[in-house]
Amino acid sequence: MADPLIRLRGISRVYGNGDIAVHALDRVDLDIAEGEFVAIMGPSGSGKSTALNVIGCLDSPTSGTYHFDGVEVANLTRDQRALLRRHYLGFVFQGYNLLARTSALHNVELPLIYKGLPSEARHAAARAALAKVGLADRAHHDPGALSGGQQQRVAIARALVGNPRVVLADEPTGNLDTKMSAEIMELLARLNRDEGLTIIMVTHEDDMARFARRLIWMVDGRIDRDGPTPRAA
Amino acid sequence: MLRETLRLAIQAIFRNAFRSFLTVLGIVIGVGAVIAMITVGQGSARQVTEDVEKLGSNVLMVLPGKDAMQGGPGGSVDPPFSLRDARLVAEELPFVEIAAPVAFSRGRVVFGNENWLTDIVGTDNGYITAAKWEVARGRLFEEGDLRGGKPVCVIGETVRDRLFGPSDPIGETLRIKSLSCQVVGLLASKGASTFGADQDDFVIMPIRTFHRRIAGNTDVSMIYISAADAMPLARAREDVTLLMREIRRIGPGEEDDFTVADMEQFATMLSGITNVLTGLLSAVAAVSLLVGGIGIMNIMLVSVTERTREIGIRLAIGATGRQVLAQFLVEAIVLSLIGGILGILFGLGMGLAGARWLNVPFAPEARIVLIAFGFSALVGVVFGYFPARRAARMDPIEALRHD
Repeated sequence: MADPLIRLRGISRVYGNGDIAVHALDRVDLDIAEGEFVAIMGPSGSGKSTALNVIGCLDSPTSGTYHFDGVEVANLTRDQRALLRRHYLGFVFQGYNLLARTSALHNVELPLIYKGLPSEARHAAARAALAKVGLADRAHHDPGALSGGQQQRVAIARALVGNPRVVLADEPTGNLDTKMSAEIMELLARLNRDEGLTIIMVTHEDDMARFARRLIWMVDGRIDRDGPTPRAA
Repeated sequence: MLRETLRLAIQAIFRNAFRSFLTVLGIVIGVGAVIAMITVGQGSARQVTEDVEKLGSNVLMVLPGKDAMQGGPGGSVDPPFSLRDARLVAEELPFVEIAAPVAFSRGRVVFGNENWLTDIVGTDNGYITAAKWEVARGRLFEEGDLRGGKPVCVIGETVRDRLFGPSDPIGETLRIKSLSCQVVGLLASKGASTFGADQDDFVIMPIRTFHRRIAGNTDVSMIYISAADAMPLARAREDVTLLMREIRRIGPGEEDDFTVADMEQFATMLSGITNVLTGLLSAVAAVSLLVGGIGIMNIMLVSVTERTREIGIRLAIGATGRQVLAQFLVEAIVLSLIGGILGILFGLGMGLAGARWLNVPFAPEARIVLIAFGFSALVGVVFGYFPARRAARMDPIEALRHD
């Protein structure tokens, strides 16, 4: 079997030190293969967001090894991690995190600017990504003129536009009502199913986790359970 | 990438257009002040040069006192000259074409119900000729006027205007102190001099008349010399100095108690004053630029804090610290360059107005404009760096949590 896309071994993330040290992640071992749709759940403070940040190279582990596509990335510098995010990772956040007063199209283009693409190529790619999330006709709307669900779809388009290996989603439906949440989850599930996109999602809603195919349950910085989601089982 | 960064910076600046404008005001004022002052200063210097050329480069003025150019005539404790001194200069030195004795006073001139405070000058026709005045109406003095000290005078355009209005002054009688004096000539206007001094505000009378009826002594406060064009001015000055030392009996090793000044010296002195003023104003401008720079730093820090979330987003999607630094640094530079450009336009406008008002040529200097431009860019770099670095060093996780 080929190496998994993501392999964590003995990953710890400790905040502070001495008596007040908090072990957000405590010697976590985790493999995630290309094409998986993983939901990470757990009570608050269980380390699920920290895990996502470490996997997403927004944070560096205190100890342990992290191989991304066979390359050790645990000890990269800030800028090296930025480059890794730029080229291989896409992010979707709970609060959408779009630039205000900036059109949907331009928001989606943003990662490509840092990739150094010329503007025609950026426009084309951003339009394609918007079409993929069903917002081709909203390209010139500002986030303020879009519903929460539409904003989150713009954010997903932004995560997709650079053809990442993995999309990391941190409670992507946390700010949305049930109907919109379902739409977003169906979109993610479809991208995973049809395009083989690897998705790792943190959520605290069972209903949302059901869209994933694998469920990781964390408690106190450790993986407590790991297996197929109930529906898939 | 650079184009994107620039576009982004301009967008950010115009998103808060009014705030940006207030932010750059310090730079605008600093740069504007420098440009305006230097433009007017250069114009004045050019005017002085032109004036000197108009007067002829072969004019020498002998004044009592060692540093007469600093104190001005009349402020000297050294003895004044006499009519004989002027005559000796004319007779002894072959290259001297004119050596006119000149005596000055301030006095009120009265005609009918009008009166006017002006310069009363006692001299002869030589001074009028050497200083290149033209007769507009009437005549200069006749031999008899000069020798006999007759109560006649020649007036300047300003005096004519103040006392006579539209009527013809020739033949009318003025009263100066106790002297009744007939106007025989009117000199053509020379206009304002470099620093706005009116060059047409005087009454000239024969020096004997002046001595007897105005001054009550026979002092000569200046000898105005016109040398032959062929004579190098430096040599002429040397010869005049030697002769004056002899006339005033100054022993070897003693210092001169008089000054031989030429127009070039005068021009040098004026440009010296201009340079000092320019220097002082540049210092003020530097302070103003510093204050402007601090203003930019302040607003950039506010901007970085306000846009913490944006910075987080950019970092998360793969911007490097350097790219974020560049974004905010470029924004600060563009901001202060906008200030610089507005300042340059404002300064040139003020310079033009100032030049008009002082009646000097408008002399904008490309070099100064470029320096001002460069300086405002520098202010942007220096004061934009710290806020930009703060943005670049943010932790993306923290920044994304910020609201």
